[in-house]
Amino acid sequence: MSEEKHHIVSYKFYVIILLVLLALTFSSVEITSIELGKYTVAGALLFAVVKSYLVLTYFMHLKFDKPYIKIMVGFVFAVFVVTIVITLLDYLYR
Amino acid sequence: MEKSTQITHDHYDAEASKIGMWLFIFTELLLFGVLFIIYAVYRYMNTDAFHLAAEELDRFIGTLNTVLLLISSMTIAMATTALQKKNKKLTLLLSSVTVLLGIVFLVNKYFEWGLKFSHGIWPGSEHMIETMSQGEILFFGLYFIMTGLHALHIIIGLVIIGFAMVGVNKGKVNSNRPSLLENAGLYWHLVDLIWIFLFPLFYLIT
Repeated sequence: MSEEKHHIVSYKFYVIILLVLLALTFSSVEITSIELGKYTVAGALLFAVVKSYLVLTYFMHLKFDKPYIKIMVGFVFAVFVVTIVITLLDYLYR
Repeated sequence: MEKSTQITHDHYDAEASKIGMWLFIFTELLLFGVLFIIYAVYRYMNTDAFHLAAEELDRFIGTLNTVLLLISSMTIAMATTALQKKNKKLTLLLSSVTVLLGIVFLVNKYFEWGLKFSHGIWPGSEHMIETMSQGEILFFGLYFIMTGLHALHIIIGLVIIGFAMVGVNKGKVNSNRPSLLENAGLYWHLVDLIWIFLFPLFYLIT
């Protein structure tokens, strides 16, 4: 059981992921310097979500992990999203 | 069976280590998660003040630190690959680069906070209480707490990577037992993950 082989990710692949992450970072800086009003935050957060997805999937190896770890991580993020949605609904409509 | 485990003291279980690390990461995510919720609510209640206060932050330093953390995340991930490929030298080199980038991040943070202090901005400073609105005070309160807690995590991450490097150097952490380095990497990525959200919420909302 402990002998199962780890998936070895190549250096080149990590470089590609880094370049994508950097491109997303600079795009989010660019897009928030344009006047978009209330969409600025939404835009910046959208970029952050995509970046965190890449970090979780590739840097944190979730793509190569067993499904139950992915489910656990997904569950925790789901709990967080539900908490923030309920909190904001409370403030928006009280 | 029991006797043999007693003699060798070999309780290495890569999978259990990984689960343990993830469970710990979950608690960290929820710790920061709560702060993000506090941020969201106060921001909703003080939108204009938050925009005004964010003008004070240096977008360039924020972007630079983001780039540094992303690169350091890549190098620590590469260090795991190097360890699996049994390249000890490269593993240590890549880990050292990660540590170096982490230290540069902290130095930037030091100058950034120093600049705020010289402008009279720190939690509870007279300048803030006399000249700033409630919303701006809340913004800077959250800024110092969240980036401060994050910087503390950087320091802890550096220490964990340091332990992993000692293990790699001694040969205790190797391609058959990579858990310590892998978990140090996971922790470092968590630190990166949190910064990915801190950066736009504090620096890019002007």
